[in-house]
Amino acid sequence: MALLEVNDLQVSFSTPDGVLKAVRGLSFSVDEGKTLGIVGESGSGKSVATQTIMGLTQGARISGEALFEGHDLLQMSTHQLQHIRGAQVGMIFQDPLSSLHPYYRVGWQLIEMIRAHDKSVGKHKARDRAVELLRLVGIPQPDRRVDDFPHQFSGGMRQRAMIAMAMALNPKLVIADEPTTALDVTVQAQVLAVMKRLQEEFGTAIIMITHDLGVIADVADDVVVMYAGKAMETGDRSTIFYRHHNPYTEGLLLSLPAYGDDRERLHPISGQPPSLITLPAGCPFRPRCPYAFDKCVEEPPLFDIGRAGDHQSACWLPTDMRKREKVRRDTLGKAAEVVAVDTSEV
Amino acid sequence: MVRFLIRRVLLGIFVLWVVSMAVFYLFFGLNKSGPNAVASRICGKQCTTQQINAVKTRLHLNAPLPKQYWYFLFGYPGKDDPNGLPRNHGILHGDLGYSYVNQQSVNTTIKQSFPITLSLAVGSAVLWLAMGLASGILSAIRPRSLLDRTFTFLALFFYSMPTFVLGVLLLLLLFYQLTVHGVSWFPAGGYVNLTDNPAEWARHMLLPWFTLAAVTSAAYTRLTRGSMLDVLGEDYIRTARAKGLTERRVVFRHGLRAALTPIVTQFGIDLGTLLGGAIITEQVFNLPGLGFQAVRAITSNDLPIIIGVVVIATTAIVLANLVIDILYAVLDPRVRLH
Repeated sequence: MALLEVNDLQVSFSTPDGVLKAVRGLSFSVDEGKTLGIVGESGSGKSVATQTIMGLTQGARISGEALFEGHDLLQMSTHQLQHIRGAQVGMIFQDPLSSLHPYYRVGWQLIEMIRAHDKSVGKHKARDRAVELLRLVGIPQPDRRVDDFPHQFSGGMRQRAMIAMAMALNPKLVIADEPTTALDVTVQAQVLAVMKRLQEEFGTAIIMITHDLGVIADVADDVVVMYAGKAMETGDRSTIFYRHHNPYTEGLLLSLPAYGDDRERLHPISGQPPSLITLPAGCPFRPRCPYAFDKCVEEPPLFDIGRAGDHQSACWLPTDMRKREKVRRDTLGKAAEVVAVDTSEV
Repeated sequence: MVRFLIRRVLLGIFVLWVVSMAVFYLFFGLNKSGPNAVASRICGKQCTTQQINAVKTRLHLNAPLPKQYWYFLFGYPGKDDPNGLPRNHGILHGDLGYSYVNQQSVNTTIKQSFPITLSLAVGSAVLWLAMGLASGILSAIRPRSLLDRTFTFLALFFYSMPTFVLGVLLLLLLFYQLTVHGVSWFPAGGYVNLTDNPAEWARHMLLPWFTLAAVTSAAYTRLTRGSMLDVLGEDYIRTARAKGLTERRVVFRHGLRAALTPIVTQFGIDLGTLLGGAIITEQVFNLPGLGFQAVRAITSNDLPIIIGVVVIATTAIVLANLVIDILYAVLDPRVRLH
């Protein structure tokens, strides 16, 4: 049984401009000790999805289920969730400076976390544990830095402190929401290394939310590619990188610079992600998709690709690459015709 | 820290100096008949020019303005006359002089009035903080709820109500109407010393406290609500919830703690201002505090009293601001005093 299994999660918000559908039928699962990467552009719903599971989105309409060890988190009362948060599921957020309380010492915030779920831990013991945790995430002189305020830490140290906090009670699952986005590249690698080391040591499962495929390549076992509140493609890491099917995944990979790359230029995905209030009919990626054809006005379900059932893609394109190229040529040909007609009219 | 304190105290003294000069200039410089008005007021309608001149000489009103200011600082020339009128020793010797009107020591007048103003200010401050914080926090926890809208309405209602209207209204309802119907819970006004009779003191202060608090707490409701709403949207509040803390702890230990800073600032300024006298409230409830004395002194051209009250009021505001800045550094570890 998966540690966390999310089925058909839907999250929407009422805004003055209409109903914003942030997550539209998302399903995924995380196994114990494994890392699930959720990748997508800003506004694809990846953060909303995980925060909703933990009951941290306010004023949202939610449906679906999120089974954590078989219990549906979405049906739990706030009180029940408070026992899960922190103790069973730790969370790490994007900007460690704004995520740590500026008025309290780092140690105080760690001790609060430890004692919030187990009052029997004495203050001195909790403090010793806080120092131990800071040492574990690689903060130098932890016995002294424990009394520092967050603003006295560097960016990387703050994120290490956040990791220490999320790991403090040895949770089964850690949700890391873009933990490296606000950090320098060199520090990113260190922070990821710390997380990987702790994962191996304690057998923690991790949901790694990121827009950075480099991070996914580094840590993820399985990957969900999200776009406009939906999973576009799911599969294990090598499938997503080397045998992907969905044009959106392909676009993400093509827009990525690589060391030793001999391409003259990068190929960003043209256009913008759609508004989540007025979604285009059919496939949400259709307006930006180089392969888009007639069938795409219907929204594709997640198809199983291949036989094993461990690779899914929401796309009408044939799985056979040669047939797929034909679709692209046809599409481009049609587009060329349209342009030709336009100019002839002028 | 020490350098900060020295600088701020020097700055405070400079402010006092400028303010006292401004009052002198307003009193004499802009009003050429000032000395005559003072003298004729003191000796009455039937006064001869000779008598007026005698008064002016006694009060050194004929001296040029800078010289009079010098007297205010260092005292009148000459020696103490054990049989004559008391001599002003100057503010630098801690002597604020003597009333032009009744020759009473300004120091004594202020010593009698200040406790009244202090009782009014501190009592109403406790009330308005309690009301403003409680309603503001409740509003922020459930924005746009019925409770929030009710508090917003009440806040705007009292905020737009002048003190003299609310004070008189309370007197009409709670003093007059109740007394007419044989229930005398609230007195019409006046002051009883706290040390003489604490119960009576509180009974006399209750309506003035409420009047001042109702008008002021409205601003605190809005301020607390806004500040709390800002803070509750911060990332570290989400972190606090993600830690599995109870909502109460999230709101108070994490939210209110951070939302308090602007409220403390406003509170310091308001309390400092009030310590210079709540002119209207003191008038309505007949409390002879600093504001009451100031109004009386202005209507009778009694410069020494006016200056005395202004000096106390300015000192209170300067001190309040100093305390706010120190509190800032205590509240927010990122703030360094220098």
